[in-house]
Amino acid sequence: MNTANQYLKAIYLVQEIEDGPASTGAIADMLDVSPASANEMIGKLENDGLCDHEKYKGVDLTDDGIVRARDALQNYCIIERFLVEVLDVDDFRVEAQQLEAVIDETVAERLDTIIDREPQCPDCFDANGDVCALLELEADAAD
Amino acid sequence: MSVQSPVSSDHQLARLLQIGVVLEEVVEARAEKHADEADDLDDEIHELLAEAADESAKHRERIEALVDKLDAETIPFDQIQMLVEQQYESDQDFDGVLYDQLCNEETAYKFYDDLIDSINTSDAEFSVDRTVLLEELTAIREEEEEGVEEVTTLMESRT
Repeated sequence: MNTANQYLKAIYLVQEIEDGPASTGAIADMLDVSPASANEMIGKLENDGLCDHEKYKGVDLTDDGIVRARDALQNYCIIERFLVEVLDVDDFRVEAQQLEAVIDETVAERLDTIIDREPQCPDCFDANGDVCALLELEADAAD
Repeated sequence: MSVQSPVSSDHQLARLLQIGVVLEEVVEARAEKHADEADDLDDEIHELLAEAADESAKHRERIEALVDKLDAETIPFDQIQMLVEQQYESDQDFDGVLYDQLCNEETAYKFYDDLIDSINTSDAEFSVDRTVLLEELTAIREEEEEGVEEVTTLMESRT
């Protein structure tokens, strides 16, 4: 996943958590980057028509931005599920975040052929828990 | 979440190589499954699938050797074969089989290409010799590229 997609996914998730425009600070926190870096990338995304940024209000994804953000989130879900179901990784959230930069949608689609992902993906993603809510339920049930 | 390089330690490199092994195992298992299940495949396609499965098995062994040097383990082939069995859709004609095979080869090529880029942009020191690592991955990437060309040629000859 490229950096722009990681930002779009972060904005999408922050908007879900905040139920409105995403603040630059929250986006920077989620990506563990400086607010200056976040502002620079948000400007580029705005130029590409993927988001609207109003000072003192925050960032809103456009329809095109939402489509790309949801694709990126779906890839992330595939990586998380793959780490849990196939590789049995405990620290799957941290590792998925590291891997999303190098596992693009082509590779994710192949990994998707051996995991159980629900049809409503990525709507079942829990932004606060940084994990598919249904995967958590399965993990709880297995305990 | 982080936008930093994903390959900054032995652990992260081993994880990516493990994923490479799984991708090769998926290719091998799906090629074998296609050969067993699809009923309108001619000798040329059977030969292509057998070669693909054989090549993936060899790639897998070469990557496993790298993972061994990083003191990590890989996922056994029979486990991936079982997962492929569970999700396999058996109603594929030869078009579907060739297209799937093209996706397999393209995916493997893209994966090794991205991994090589990530290693090249990382200044981390690994337990495995960086030159050997890159030579091995580059050689495998070239074979995947040849695989893409081979399937594409076969597909074009049938249109």
